[in-house]
Amino acid sequence: MTELKRIIKAGFVNFTRSGIISWAAVLVVTITLTVITTIILLNAVLYFSLNQIKDKVDVTIYFTVGAPENKILSLKDSLQNLPEVQQVSYVSAEEALKLFRDRHQSDYPTIQALDEIKDNPLGAYLNVKAKEVSQYESIANFMKSDNALVLGSASIIDKVNYNQNKTVIDRLNNIISGAQRLGFLITLILVIISIVITFNTIRLAIYISREEIGVMRLVGASKMRVRGPFMVEGAIYGIIATIVTLILFFPATIYLGKTMTNFLGLNIYDYYLSNLFQISVIILLSGVLLGIFSSFIAARKYLNK
Amino acid sequence: MIYFNNVSKIYNKDSVALDDVTLTITTGEFVSIVGHSGAGKTTLVKMILADEVPTSGTVFFESINVPKLKNKDLTKLRRRIGVVFQDFKLLPNKTAYENIAFAMEAVGKTNEEIESDVPHVLELVDLSDKMYHFPNQMSGGEQQRLAIARAIINQPELIIADEPTGNLDAVNTYEIVQILKKINDLGTTVILTTHNRGVIDSIGKRVVTMEKGKIIRDDKNGKYVI
Repeated sequence: MTELKRIIKAGFVNFTRSGIISWAAVLVVTITLTVITTIILLNAVLYFSLNQIKDKVDVTIYFTVGAPENKILSLKDSLQNLPEVQQVSYVSAEEALKLFRDRHQSDYPTIQALDEIKDNPLGAYLNVKAKEVSQYESIANFMKSDNALVLGSASIIDKVNYNQNKTVIDRLNNIISGAQRLGFLITLILVIISIVITFNTIRLAIYISREEIGVMRLVGASKMRVRGPFMVEGAIYGIIATIVTLILFFPATIYLGKTMTNFLGLNIYDYYLSNLFQISVIILLSGVLLGIFSSFIAARKYLNK
Repeated sequence: MIYFNNVSKIYNKDSVALDDVTLTITTGEFVSIVGHSGAGKTTLVKMILADEVPTSGTVFFESINVPKLKNKDLTKLRRRIGVVFQDFKLLPNKTAYENIAFAMEAVGKTNEEIESDVPHVLELVDLSDKMYHFPNQMSGGEQQRLAIARAIINQPELIIADEPTGNLDAVNTYEIVQILKKINDLGTTVILTTHNRGVIDSIGKRVVTMEKGKIIRDDKNGKYVI
């Protein structure tokens, strides 16, 4: 316990006495954490946009006029039971007509034509939303295979707009998975570069103390007693850098929130505020672990004497 | 206490630091190892600390086979030896007080022991007024006295002083030698390496003379003869 207290105290004393070197290390860790936070926010924007696009995709099954409602509802139930399906909404023929009339309110000739027919020329339809864009195809295949759909010899299904939308859905699917892959790759590369730079900065800070490490060992200090204060220093770099980064992102996200919300479709400042706790935990852990781990590895080189 | 048996240290064919050295040092002795630069004095004493490993031969500290020591036991051995270097090797980021406190912390002394012993030892080497000075705020002689204070604080069984007066003027040299003699009088074994004739002649104790990695003379109450 005394040993631990001494190590922690020595870490703090070393940090303050190393002056500019400590602050250079803090600066580099801050840059790394800024990169990580930026990536978190960019990912949020990317996923938000992708989700919005995904939300616009659906498949509609149009039924023939006069298709019995119980058949349609039993199809709705079996669709609802599919694991890929997120939501199925049923629009009856009457509702379809009402929606049509509402939509064409100002289109007088169309309304007039509709009035002349008297009978409802529109069939009911089901609107199907899948959990993932890639799953529309299997839903479409399901509908082809389901015998419950067949009424006598004629199908009650008038048409499914999946085939018309297929090309668009496929392309969208490719773009989404491509964007996710690219995002992940860029994240990985940036994080690795930042870690390498931080690691080297801390290594340089410890290189300056290499003789000191040798002397401590000659005086009979245990490895942990020598290495401990450096690890504490590394943790201090991480903690200060986290605080600086969190503060820096307030004005930055306020500015982006004001100017970019329309373009991004997401208020970055609101997102930052509502996820502040998670972001703080992520960058605090990254900063502290990076500091401790880099110090641990860097000091090892001079310890084996 | 210390036994070198046929110890050689060969870096490569053209660079032989020690050549078949056999030497015994008994408890309580004051042994001066003299010789020109490159004679192998420092390599020899570094082997006691396992800071150098012999190419062949054995080095024993009492019954401990020093080169074979594991890391943990090496730390324990070093705690039994106090070391003074020509370049002082003080911790630059620590004050005089903290330099000595660190050596005490390393061996697991309590805070109370540290608080009572450090001022005492600093008084012994006449550095009470420099307690909170950093090494770069002290003169060479003061730094060396601090290094000696650090070396003796844990009451080691052996003090190794490797060219401790190499960077000092005559007055400071005299003071350091007097302190070492006093430590030896109190029962601690001292090994001193030097090439300072005045120092050796003023001590008047055992002198081991080295040349080109070999021991060429070993005199009780010796003088500097090269």
